[in-house]
Amino acid sequence: MTPATPSTGPAIQIIGMHKWYGDFHVLKDINLTVEKGERIVVCGPSGSGKSTMIRCINRLEEHQRGQIVVDGIELTSDLKRIDGIRREVGMVFQQFNLFPHLTVLENLCLAPIWVRHMPRPEAEALAMSYLERVRIPEQARKYPGQLSGGQQQRVAIARALCMNPRIMLFDEPTSALDPEMIKEVLDVMVSLAEDGMTMLCVTHEMGFARTVANRVVFMDQGEIVEAAAPEQFFNAPSSERTRQFLSQILH
Amino acid sequence: MAVEAKATSSAPRTPVWRDPAIRSLAIQALLLVVVLGAGWWLLDNTRQNLNRQGIASGFGFLDHTAGFAIVMHLIPYSEASSYGMALGVALINTLLVTSLGIFLATVIGFFVGVARLSSNWLVARLAAFYVEALRNVPLLLQIFFWYFAVLRALPPPRESVTLFGAFFLNLRGLYVPAPVAASGFGLVLLAGGVALVAALGLGLWARRRRVATGQDFPAAAVSLGLLIGLPLLVAAATGFPMSWELPALKGFNFQGGLVLIPEFVAMVLAISLYAAAYIAEIVRSGILAVNRGQTEASLALGLSPAQTLRLVVVPQALRVIVPPLTSQYLNILKNSSLAAAIAYPELVSVFAGTVLNQTGQAIEVMAITMAIYLSVSLAISAFMNWYNGRNALRER
Ligand SMILES: Nc1ncnc2c1ncn2[C@@H]1O[C@H](COP(=O)(O)OP(=O)(O)OP(=O)(O)O)[C@@H](O)[C@H]1O
Ligand SMILES: [Mg+2]
Repeated sequence: MTPATPSTGPAIQIIGMHKWYGDFHVLKDINLTVEKGERIVVCGPSGSGKSTMIRCINRLEEHQRGQIVVDGIELTSDLKRIDGIRREVGMVFQQFNLFPHLTVLENLCLAPIWVRHMPRPEAEALAMSYLERVRIPEQARKYPGQLSGGQQQRVAIARALCMNPRIMLFDEPTSALDPEMIKEVLDVMVSLAEDGMTMLCVTHEMGFARTVANRVVFMDQGEIVEAAAPEQFFNAPSSERTRQFLSQILH
Repeated sequence: MAVEAKATSSAPRTPVWRDPAIRSLAIQALLLVVVLGAGWWLLDNTRQNLNRQGIASGFGFLDHTAGFAIVMHLIPYSEASSYGMALGVALINTLLVTSLGIFLATVIGFFVGVARLSSNWLVARLAAFYVEALRNVPLLLQIFFWYFAVLRALPPPRESVTLFGAFFLNLRGLYVPAPVAASGFGLVLLAGGVALVAALGLGLWARRRRVATGQDFPAAAVSLGLLIGLPLLVAAATGFPMSWELPALKGFNFQGGLVLIPEFVAMVLAISLYAAAYIAEIVRSGILAVNRGQTEASLALGLSPAQTLRLVVVPQALRVIVPPLTSQYLNILKNSSLAAAIAYPELVSVFAGTVLNQTGQAIEVMAITMAIYLSVSLAISAFMNWYNGRNALRER
């Protein structure tokens, strides 16, 4: 593995970004800077554009105006840049999206082998070390369909980590899980945060936001309404919309 | 245990006619009797008819002299050969059209199916047009189109399109020089075979090595070199133990050399282009059946779109693709019998046609023909089922 020389600037910089789906203006003038090692939680009502925003960062969606700069590289339609950025940015999805035709170990090894040109024994050793990290090394030879939801999501996290990303994006990683499995996934995310990983998480786990986030970003109708440190965000939100949202979500 | 025992003892006895197991057994037995009875009646009837016409039954006729020529034969055959040899020639011709048809239809079908999903508007439209145009015209008409409209428009033998004085294209077909073996030619053939096996092995090895060590190997280039180089080297070492028989115009037609007859070309073109349209739709729906999230997860890991298709999408799509693909392959086999309409010498036109007419052995000829189609079909199905079984998903 040859990680490119880390740049000195912020991990992610979004400047005046807009996106439309046809006539529908889904993201409006998004400005957000994520420093290296910073943990950001994004929340907001359904349909507010949270997923769309983080999916723009690794080009699963294309933005139409403004700039996105990831680790010093501006995202354009240049395929080489997109590839480069995707290698440095890991993503975890709400629906896990593990590859059902491959074993857990093969899921983890796929990208290191085909993207990083890593020899299989080395890739497998790496994969096992990450499976131990998410505490399911004994599941390596099973297929995703044979695991519980919480185990699948931990495999998905390990799979992203195998590419040794500098930034991790999470899109509601615990929303498809039963309550008893949420904790096992959050524990993994907390330990990642403790290791200094730059994280951008869309989640409604407010406990996680309080304890782990450096900043909480609130989105509504395609706009960033508020971005503040957790104490301020939860105790003294500046906007009426945020207050309303918090009163709903915290009962 | 105790609860179970109590439950059985207290359950009221099911009357025999309401027991589903016994019922289905009775129905099956009845059906078997009906089928066997009908079969016996048919057979007996035909045998009586044949007896009345004085035709001997049995397969002895296969050894008799056929007395007719077949334009395309891949094994030695002449008018003096037996009906059995004619059957062999016809079967090989059927298998040739079928296997070439399956191969080409699969390649074209995958290509068109993927193209139909392309984000490039023109490519997607063209692929859609291909599918709609080809699957909405009867296959027989397409065979006629290629045969009469395209290939029949070629010049007569005397005005052949000539290349290097060795290749001749006219309405009787494409004539190419044929290698004539001298002693030692077997070695060259052997070298070719060895090179082919080596190239296949090399491809597998290169992929394994790629996965095991992360290093690329130019397998395609080396294979090509091997395939051309090795036979050439052996040929040079043995002093080129072959001569070429050039096709030559004798009277109204060419003699000698190898000929690719227009009936064969028309048949392969029509059948593979037609089946490819269906296979394209099967491939498209198979790919669409794979969750979009799979593609996104793969792209997010940094795999390229081509790698995503090859390593993530297609392996999953195959589970949906293979069963309907099997029936397309069977259709290609069965549709190859339409070649009778343009007198391509395959199983139906030669054996169930000419041989049947000459010998009158209706039962034997039909039985052999059906048995052949049935066994080839079953072989194709068995292979495809085995392949699909390998791809089955493991769930909890
Ligand atoms: N491919 C698409 N085409 C058109 N509209 C879309 C598309 N994807 C999303 N949208 C719309 O864009 C808006 C933002 O969607 P997005 O998925 O980003 O919301 P979200 O904040 O993640 O919501 P949730 O909490 O439900 O996941 C929604 O109104 C959605 O209907
Ligand atoms: Mg969402």
